[in-house]
Amino acid sequence: MNKMMKSSISLIAALISIVAGLLVGLGVMFAIGGQEPLRAMGILLTSGLPGNPEFGKVLYQAAPLIMTGLSVGFAFKTGLFNIGASGQFTVGSFVALLLGLVFKMPWYVCMIGAAAGGAIWGFFPGFFKAFFNVNEVITSIMFNWIGLYAVCVSIANIPPMLPRFYHPSGITNETAKFELAGNPGGLIPKIGLDKLFGSPYMGAGVIIAILLAVLVWVILNKTTFGYELKACGLNKSASIYAGINAKRNIILSMVIAGALSGIAGSLYYQSGVSQFGIKIELAPMGFNGIPVALLATSHPLGIIFSAIFISFINVGGEKMQQLEYSTQVIAIIIAVIIYFSAFFFLVKGFLAKVIGLDKSNVNAEPAPVIAPAGEESETVLIEPAEREE
Amino acid sequence: MSFFDLVANIGSETVLFAVPLLLVALGGMFSERGGIINIALEGIMVVGALVGCIVMITLHEHMGVWSAANPELAMLISVGAAAISGLVYSLLLGFASIHLRADQTIGGTALNMLAPAAAIVVTWAVYGRGQTSINFGNVAWRRITLARVGGDPETAGIFLRSVFKSMYVTTPLAIILLVLAIILLYKTRFGLRLRACGEHPQAADSVGINVYKMRYAGVAISGFLAGIGGLAFTLAAGTAYQSTVAGYGFLALSVMIFGNWKPMNIAGAALFFALFKVMGNYAGVIPFLPSFEGIKFNAWIYNILPYVVTMFLLVLTSKRSRAPKAEGIPYDKSTR
Repeated sequence: MNKMMKSSISLIAALISIVAGLLVGLGVMFAIGGQEPLRAMGILLTSGLPGNPEFGKVLYQAAPLIMTGLSVGFAFKTGLFNIGASGQFTVGSFVALLLGLVFKMPWYVCMIGAAAGGAIWGFFPGFFKAFFNVNEVITSIMFNWIGLYAVCVSIANIPPMLPRFYHPSGITNETAKFELAGNPGGLIPKIGLDKLFGSPYMGAGVIIAILLAVLVWVILNKTTFGYELKACGLNKSASIYAGINAKRNIILSMVIAGALSGIAGSLYYQSGVSQFGIKIELAPMGFNGIPVALLATSHPLGIIFSAIFISFINVGGEKMQQLEYSTQVIAIIIAVIIYFSAFFFLVKGFLAKVIGLDKSNVNAEPAPVIAPAGEESETVLIEPAEREE
Repeated sequence: MSFFDLVANIGSETVLFAVPLLLVALGGMFSERGGIINIALEGIMVVGALVGCIVMITLHEHMGVWSAANPELAMLISVGAAAISGLVYSLLLGFASIHLRADQTIGGTALNMLAPAAAIVVTWAVYGRGQTSINFGNVAWRRITLARVGGDPETAGIFLRSVFKSMYVTTPLAIILLVLAIILLYKTRFGLRLRACGEHPQAADSVGINVYKMRYAGVAISGFLAGIGGLAFTLAAGTAYQSTVAGYGFLALSVMIFGNWKPMNIAGAALFFALFKVMGNYAGVIPFLPSFEGIKFNAWIYNILPYVVTMFLLVLTSKRSRAPKAEGIPYDKSTR
């Protein structure tokens, strides 16, 4: 199978997952009744299209999703499942807001700080995995909660971060706006995009995210470092045998993944349209990075498009509420998409058979690009040899 | 509050919160001993608690007299509904990861995201639009009181009083299920076969054990127990179900790892974790703990405690930690 065919089969598999998700969502809407499920689905699928005022919001929310998607995808490439994007996003947001609101730093300093904050939160799972062999999934989930509680307590107890500090009638359950704190320079520049798109949501954020996606693609595909990371993901033992420092690569991969999620927080909250709310609820932005990465099979450039898609149905879902359907229907659709992506490789093998490209056994598919933990990929790789017996 | 009252309160609440952890961690153990990583425990708990609460309230509203007369039976029906719904939901994970050989972690994550969303949609559908919580505070028969078992609350000693302070049918049930789990895992043919499938499925298959069937059984048992655990958590946590179990499914996973995939160790680990959770609630009145007065949301500082302790323990015990060898690897007959 050549490369072109392979990627088009990936695309078809992704589309199958999406259609399955949308059908289940439609089924749910029919099942719970309410008015006009079909019209609701129409709203869901059209309100985020270019030309509508919501399009700016789609691109605005796509920017952090690209980053969390890159974060999850980058870790996948090294054979790690970064379910901690949510906590890294939260800690990154906190550092960005702290630097911007309290220390009045310019926006790029805040963004670098956010990357550092996320990187620290990514370091721990990587470190524990590399040196103590503690499953990174468990650690990441723990750090999601630790980060969330710590950030909420910190923000609530740093008065200059709250509107009440600047105005006696200000609220205390979310962070102050940058203008209110006297630091409009902390906002990511709009560079005229808000006027061009006619939406206050638009700014340079999405452009920064796309540039970073290209940078990640270059790192993964054009550098020795990226090659080593991918080698570790495909077969840890083989890469150690080849002289690659697997421990270092696991930690670095999680640190970079964390930094990418941290920047997502900066892109989301340094926009001037969203404020950080103090509540105990894990940031959905981090979890939505998982379907973004899965739909694109972790390809950095594909992630740009899958992020726009996930943002698109989220924005459509908000509009859908006017017909009295809960936005949870969107969460169900996304969950079903992930569920179907989990057996992407089966779907792909099936497709290859149907198209007739692959005459061999479905089981003889090469090792998945999204290899889970180290041990699993080893088994996948030794399969063909065993079968020859 | 006197010192004895404090100890008694902490003791009874520790048991209360250890029960869901124990049940769910035992569930995770059965699944992983069979070779399937069940990260969907959190979602299964949410589903089990949802169905359990709906059944409990339905019994209360439509068969109130009968339920009040037979509270244990009515509670057992609710628990049974939670268990069955958890089992059915867990089969989604089984289907994806056993038959379709999907990535178990990703499949489980999907189920975790699906459960709370579906629970809210169901809550809306059953109790009306905009309802986000199911209140069961007026279901008086859900608790086993001291009077019910023939004791006198006025004259009973501090021990009995604290035992029955928050006693639900799930507490004795959990102890029974723990014993059953030990017997099932170590003393039966099924248990031996299940463990074989988690260690070396190819070898198990070669002596005629149906690996797929055993793994389905492991996942189903985990769904059954996690469903009960979800209801047990919701009963322990308050008087309303809010489509969440606050990360307990994941804590249970760490309890399982810390308990080294062995039932008795898991029971000890569950008590230990619950103690740390409860200590946070009583931080203000425990003399040797700082209470962080003057800090807003100081209770949240102690909410971090169980997670930090978990991290420390996982790191410290990582050397002797021994996971089932074949867990996480989809079984492919052709690799035999």
